[in-house]
Parts: sequence; structure tokens; C-alpha cells
Amino acid sequence: MIEVNELRVRFGAIEAVKGVSFRVPQGASFGLVGESGSGKSTVLRALSGLNRDWSGDIVIAEKGQGPVRDKDFFRRVQMVFQDPYGSLHPRQTVDRALSEPLLVHGIGDVDARVRRALAEVALPAMLRFRYPHQLSGGQRQRVAIARALMAEPEVLLLDEPTSALDVSVQAEVLNLLSDLQRARNLTYIMVSHNLAVVAHLCSEIGVMQGGEMVELLSADDLRAGRISHPHTKALRALSIELEEPEMAKSA
Amino acid sequence: MQVVVRNLRIAFPSPQGPTEAVRGVSFALGQEKLGIVGESGSGKSLTARSILRLLPRQAQVSAETIEFDGIDVLKANETRMRAIRGKRAGLIMQDPKFSLNPVMTAGQQIAEAWHAHRGGSRKEAKDAAVELLAQVQIRDPKRVADMYPHELSGGMGQRAMIAMMLAPDPELLIADEPTSALDATVQAEILRLIEDLVSRRGMGLILISHDLPLVSHFCDRVLVMYAGRVVEEARAGELARAKHPYTRGLLDCLPSLVQPKPRLAVMRRDPAWLGT
Repeated sequence: MIEVNELRVRFGAIEAVKGVSFRVPQGASFGLVGESGSGKSTVLRALSGLNRDWSGDIVIAEKGQGPVRDKDFFRRVQMVFQDPYGSLHPRQTVDRALSEPLLVHGIGDVDARVRRALAEVALPAMLRFRYPHQLSGGQRQRVAIARALMAEPEVLLLDEPTSALDVSVQAEVLNLLSDLQRARNLTYIMVSHNLAVVAHLCSEIGVMQGGEMVELLSADDLRAGRISHPHTKALRALSIELEEPEMAKSA
Repeated sequence: MQVVVRNLRIAFPSPQGPTEAVRGVSFALGQEKLGIVGESGSGKSLTARSILRLLPRQAQVSAETIEFDGIDVLKANETRMRAIRGKRAGLIMQDPKFSLNPVMTAGQQIAEAWHAHRGGSRKEAKDAAVELLAQVQIRDPKRVADMYPHELSGGMGQRAMIAMMLAPDPELLIADEPTSALDATVQAEILRLIEDLVSRRGMGLILISHDLPLVSHFCDRVLVMYAGRVVEEARAGELARAKHPYTRGLLDCLPSLVQPKPRLAVMRRDPAWLGT
């Protein structure tokens, strides 16, 4: 269970997140959508412990969290970033990237676990000793997901995990994320500006604008158009217009 | 203005001999909006850039024809090419963060483009820059003209890039993934802006993207590229009836807001698509 109450984040004179609250039950997926600058990634960074300068309450991994997190937190909560080109060390092999979380957290059986992790994200075993530049974008994102799963976390924080990928690779990564969630009962919080992607993976969705959570609704309500806030309506209309160009043109 | 490309081939040397990245692409373009869609590595950017002869040095290009308004691009000398590049055909690239000069203000860069192609006094160029920023719908063009790229948002930076390309009044605009770095709302605004400018000024447009629904929304005609070849050409409105399994695959693997799919279709690539 993740609970966020009245979260506020300030950068100098600008308040980027203005009192955001939501809860995510264990094993569920929660999506945060909004335009750039709406504060959605800032919420995620405060949750992950990357940004220490916030106020409010965050309950994650069964306890209230302060600005500084302990080692146990980082075992139980992991993050996957947008750009697989930037989030893997260019001079470390896949093997090294995947074994590091095990060494940090003192988990043994490294060899077997790395092999299992590669199989779990459907990467061929022969990629184990390659460097990131020898992999495609989709393979890199799979390595990033495998690395996040090494320490067997309960929560994955996903920051636009597919927006740097081709649509065919995006489909594979989204399928992988649903399979992993089912197999391991993971809790996801995903940030994206793509409504269709968020609604596909997440059953509950929060819409942010200008640092505020303007609406909380289910994916079904979003699909059906049972929406109360004008910003959510605008985002939905745009997404549908681009999805069904012919319908929009003839309308 | 008419662009004709016939049987374009682009190869790169490798230890195993030359690898062909573009394998026999042909198309013609007039005053219309053409979309080129494909995945990374399909050769879509190389195809569009070959019209401006803006290819990596080691690229080996061959073609029956590459013509820009009657000019043979394959044989034209550098002076001739420079009269096309930037002046008669503009190129808008993906990320304004990397394609704007970080130590010049937006106004200075647009004024420079204006001055280089049209001459005139410094004062004229500066006024023109402000006027162009207004044309790309920047609300406070005077203030934005004095801002440096790091002070601009992604959308504003891309607008400044477009303003710079418009300065010499080009006949063709090549937009290479112009909105991939932007979020959905800004993306739609920028594409509407490009569409509006292109139709108002009577320009031709080549829009390159990996997003098939997006491209078909803003273009008249779409070429779908796979592994260096055009596998399908369709009028934008008829894309839903596309026949090639690759085009169908691109459409089917998208998550949809209207029709929930329990699981996304995954592309099964048929070696036969590679052709001979």
C-alpha cells in the first residue's frame, strides 16, 4: 500500500507540486498523466527518494518515509527511467549492471539470479556480457527493467518507460510489464503523457495540471468519458482525435 | 517545386562489405504533405536527407534520379546545393535543445538565418526575427527574441526552430521527428502550426515520424518504410484499409483509449518483407 498525503515540492520560489494526495493498494497500478511541467515526474522523484526537499506524508513499503531513505527502502522500491540510453552505464556489461543490486543488498547466488533475470525479461543469455551500445533500444529497456527487479522489490516507479521506444517495441515492453506484475504481485506507479498507454496498464489514474491533482478517476471512466474536470476532457479529446484520424476528419 | 526520387540506394561500408540502409526508394512530391513512417533504422531520415545531400560522409549514394525543382542533386556542386539547403528547403530536427546554438539568443539565430539568405541591414533582420516569432504564435515575441535556448520550453524552442526555417521563405519543409521530444498537447500544437504554415505559404512538406496515426492525421499521403524499402503507400484517409502486414502490425500494436485490449499485439516479422 502506498499513501501520499498533501505532498508539496518547492524549487526556489516555484511550487512544483501543490498538495497532492492519492493511495495505491498493493498489487495495483496507478498512472500519473499531465503535460510537461505539470509536476508528475516531480511526484515520482519525491516518492523514489531522489528529491529530498518535500513536505507532506509519504507511506511506502509499510512505513512513513522521511527525506532520507534506508537501504531496505531501496531494495523494496525501484525505478525505471525514460531513456534506456542514459540509464545504463556505458562501460559496464549487462552482467555487471544486473549483479550490482545483488552485491549492494548482500543477496547471494548471483550467477543463477542474473541468468534467471535475463530469461524473465525475454533476453537471450548471450547478451549477458555485452555492453549497452551493442543492444537495441528495446533490449536496453528490458535490461533496465531486469535490473530494477534484481533485488525483488514490491514497488516499481516507472517514468515514461516506453516513450523513447518504437511502437512495436513499446507493445512488447508493456506486455512484459503486465506479465511481471501478475507473476510477482508488483505495485506500479507510472508517469506518462500518453493517455492510451497509461489506461492500458493502470486501472486508476491521476490527472495533474500546474502542480495540482485535478482529477482522480478509473481507466474505465476515462475511456467512457465519465470525466468531471475540463483538463482531463481536453487531454482525452486530443488523444482520441489522434487515435482515430478518420473519425475526427469526418466528424 | 517538384521533388523526384527514383530508385534511391544508400549504403555504408562495413567490415563485411557495404550494408544497404536504403534499398530502391522512389517517390515524387509536389505542393503536398507527405509522411514517411517507419521504425528506427528503416531508412526514413536518410531518404529525406538525401534530397538536401545531407548524409554522413561515408554514405554511398546511388539513384536514377534525385531532383529538386529540376536541379540534379546528385551532380550539383556545393554552391548550387547551398542555394537549396536552408533557402529553398528547410530542415526541422527532433530536439530543439541540441539543434539551437546555446550561446546565441533565439532572436539572433533567426536574424542570422534571415540575413544570410536575404541580406539587408542588421535592424531589418532583427525586426524580421520578431515578426517570424509572432508568426509561429509566440505570444510575447520581443521578449522571447532576447532569450537563450536554455530559457525556452521544448515547445517554444521548436517554434523558434520553425521560425528560423521560415526566414528564407522555403518551398519545401522537411520535418524529421519534429515533436518526438514534446508531450502530447504541445506535439499537436506544433504539428497544427506546421500544417497551417505549409498550407498558407503553399509549401511542400515531408513529415518523418515513427507514429503512424499522428502522421496520417497531418499528411495527405503516407509512405511506410521497412528495412530500407517502401512497403506501402497510401492516402492518409485510407490507412485503416492498409494491406501490408507490417503497416497493419504498426497499427495493431498501439494501445487504444477507445478500445481496451487485454494484451497488445506483437509484431511478427516475416523475412519475406525484406524483399530481394
